Amino acid sequence: MTNKTIKMALLGATALTLTAGIASAESHVKGDVNACLITKTDTNPFFVKMKEGAVAQADELGIQLDTFAGKIDGDVETQVAAVETCIAGGAEGILITPSDSRALVPVIEQARENGILVIALDTPFEPSDAADATFATDNFKAGVLIGEWAAATMEDPSSAKIAMLDLNPSEVSVDYLRNQGFLTGFGVDVKDETDIGDEDDPRIVGNDVTNGNEQGGRQAMENLLQRDPGVNVVYTINEPAAAGAYEALRSVGLQDQALIVSVDGGCPGVQNIAEGVIGATSMQFPLKMASLGIEAIAEYAETGAKPENSEGLDFTNTGVTLVTDNPVEGIDSITSEEALEQCWG
Amino acid sequence: MSDTTDPGRKGQDYEQDLDKSDVSVAEFKYLHNSPLDRIQHALHGNPTLVPVIVLVAAIGVFGLIAGDRFFSAFNLSLILQQVSIIGILAAAQSLIIITAGIDLSVAAIMVLMAVVAGNLAVYAGVPAPIALLVAFAGGTGCGIMNGLLVTKVKLPPFITTLGTWSIFYALNLWLSGAQSIRSQDIDAEAPLLKFWGIALEVGGARVTLGSLLMVAVFLVLWYMLNKTAWGRHVYAIGDDKEAAELAGIRTDRTLLSVYGLAGLVCAVAAWASIGRVGSISPQAFYEGNLQSITAVVIGGISLFGGRGSILGALFGALIVGVFQSGLRLAGVDVLWQVFAIGWLIILAVAIDQWIRKVSA
Amino acid sequence: MTQAPILKARGLVKRYGRVTALDNADFDLYPGEILAVIGDNGAGKSSLIKAISGAVQVDDGKIELEGKPINFSSPLEARDAGIETVYQTLALSPALSITDNMFVGREIRKPGVLGSVFKMLDHKAMEKFARDRLSELGLMTIQSINQAVETLSGGQRQGVAVARAAAFGSKVIILDEPTAALGVKESRKVLELIQDVRSRGIPIVLISHNMPHVFEVADRIHVHRLGKRLCVIDPKENSMSDAVAYMTGAKTPPEAAVAA
Repeated sequence: MTNKTIKMALLGATALTLTAGIASAESHVKGDVNACLITKTDTNPFFVKMKEGAVAQADELGIQLDTFAGKIDGDVETQVAAVETCIAGGAEGILITPSDSRALVPVIEQARENGILVIALDTPFEPSDAADATFATDNFKAGVLIGEWAAATMEDPSSAKIAMLDLNPSEVSVDYLRNQGFLTGFGVDVKDETDIGDEDDPRIVGNDVTNGNEQGGRQAMENLLQRDPGVNVVYTINEPAAAGAYEALRSVGLQDQALIVSVDGGCPGVQNIAEGVIGATSMQFPLKMASLGIEAIAEYAETGAKPENSEGLDFTNTGVTLVTDNPVEGIDSITSEEALEQCWG
Repeated sequence: MSDTTDPGRKGQDYEQDLDKSDVSVAEFKYLHNSPLDRIQHALHGNPTLVPVIVLVAAIGVFGLIAGDRFFSAFNLSLILQQVSIIGILAAAQSLIIITAGIDLSVAAIMVLMAVVAGNLAVYAGVPAPIALLVAFAGGTGCGIMNGLLVTKVKLPPFITTLGTWSIFYALNLWLSGAQSIRSQDIDAEAPLLKFWGIALEVGGARVTLGSLLMVAVFLVLWYMLNKTAWGRHVYAIGDDKEAAELAGIRTDRTLLSVYGLAGLVCAVAAWASIGRVGSISPQAFYEGNLQSITAVVIGGISLFGGRGSILGALFGALIVGVFQSGLRLAGVDVLWQVFAIGWLIILAVAIDQWIRKVSA
Repeated sequence: MTQAPILKARGLVKRYGRVTALDNADFDLYPGEILAVIGDNGAGKSSLIKAISGAVQVDDGKIELEGKPINFSSPLEARDAGIETVYQTLALSPALSITDNMFVGREIRKPGVLGSVFKMLDHKAMEKFARDRLSELGLMTIQSINQAVETLSGGQRQGVAVARAAAFGSKVIILDEPTAALGVKESRKVLELIQDVRSRGIPIVLISHNMPHVFEVADRIHVHRLGKRLCVIDPKENSMSDAVAYMTGAKTPPEAAVAA
């Protein structure tokens, strides 16, 4: 709180000195091994937490870490330039959350040809073996967890009326993985597991996009309520969208009618679990992704060994945990209180 | 000197025959050659006609396609609600566009001021009315900053606001830490911030105060633009800045007031947006700048300045809302909604160009 | 001329870097006359006019309006003092109506609270005024006083601009190339308009390249050359070729004219 007040005071003084939208590159620790961390943005708390984890781990292992970030999600050019900088700088390893799963593949191949270990964090490349390894949340699993929870919490899942609040029209992998995971967990036949909206289960009221924020969440929920005011299960791509959906429901007095589930584990989201706005969320661990990534680079620099995928997956699962204050039998979960200690942002 | 007349002759000699010619030079009449010409002239005299026609037609068509679900009082009031924030931003945008400028920073000012008000009222314990006053002052200040860069530093509005868009957006992310202020926290600390989210039930309709605010903002600005000298000056500047200056308008001062007012309107939108969204999200309305321009353009306000009624922007915003709602209820994918809006923009600008070609 | 000049300038100097646009220029305008200002391109005509209309500030010299020294820092001040300029570009806002254009910068507000608090304009009063003024100048066979200026022809626009200048009790009207962009017929109409304005007692400064037009309407002709007033000639006693010769330096004017 005091921090915020100070920020307010500084606002005027620094207003003009700030230049926006420039990819930042800062060096952290000097050492023999060089590594790069390239995130989608450096403003999203998720990536802030990720950077925190990487910096801490690099400090501990004596690795020199350069960090880069795009201006906005989808800013491919800045990320390409960052990768090229890392190649030129002789990095041993690159940790990257690609803003575009496909567009960055050529420059990543170039990096690997230069003997650099490339690890995708959070978002896999397409194909996923374009990188040496992927450290990510199992987004499908994250969806399955909230889907199973929702089905187990409802008295009669067959009478469900489900609203699906997705990310955006591009249907990126995280979008369809969470969506299809949720439906699978709930017991809906999802048909093509990479296609949102091809289901014909009558319990699904519809899909709409939220852009992952409150405003979009509210609008999408209003839209779907128009199709069917009886919506009683709401899947949301992330917690801000969930908060928006709740507002839409509350504005027409339907907030108690619907169960809202989400994915992420950001601190405001966890707080919303505690207050009953969101029923359950699947928490992911950005800090762990980054610190594991730095460890892998250190290992590679020393022994040349590359990380192995988790069993049965084409990536290394950094874990996902269900957070709810209404636990159901057979699904492991933690309470919002426990989650508040691990949340990011 | 092009004049090589025979020195012996006086100027009017060669013009003598003119006396017999038609001398009705200053007659204020023109010929309507075809129905199309007549339409062109009608639209020229009344630029809001196009968006009104499109709006009525769109409501009619979607009413036929999507039926009662579209035509219900609830749905129509929902459209009003959904366009209210972009609508208010479009009002601010109209002010700038009428001066032949463009403001890419309107949504950034709005989000920044929502974050400022929210941080002050919810986290710093400042009374909500004061937090809002700070936001209004801040919004006006942001607008004046744009205005000073345009008038004093003489930067093109596009570049100026492209820059300040980034600056305001960065400040917003920094202040908020890219974290939303939760709806529940606002309810607990400063419910006044959500005032415009209060809904009135009239018949089947749910009209939020925010929707009414949007209409009120448009009416007030319409009055200022059309019924006061200041408004006429704003149009004159947008029409031809140099001419306005020569005709005796203090153009810089007027422009500055326009930018300041636009900033204030953005701050009003900020307040309304808290009521609309519920929470204060630093990531929301990222495309608000472009959506406001879309509404203005579809509303028949010329991007070249000086032409069009601000009410057009209200109709423009409603047209977008009606299209989105109608297409959605007709089961059309989001992708094709975006596609349709794109064509609407192009059509609107084409019509504007055509109307501008009107001549005596 | 026995009367005192209404507008008088002495020893005006204006330099732009190393270029001297006005080099000790003098200027006299007498009540009720049409004074034409002619000069070759680059002679400093427009600098002279801009100095008088407040658009540029001179480095040296003095200007007097009705015997009182004036020092304008903007065209606005000159206008407030009664010097109206009709620019070659006309300074009309094409999309605004005739009324709006005539009243730009001096709108009439409604009486009472509507005007003082809500700043509401009195459209009716302005329309009536505009219509009356245009009628006085014989410009009224009008359909709508509210039609946009851009729907008017070139001559009509010129008419509106001149009417605007003449409508507000001005003391001096400066017309910059009023016929340059017009056809023969429209030029004629505008020349009649100029004489109309003069007949109402307002002196006019006419800048023009068009010798026949100048010789037709001017009472006196101010010949500008090399940044100063070369001479003032009477169009009834000089031919156009004389004027052109003086202007271009082909001929030296008689002493009497120089002294005028």
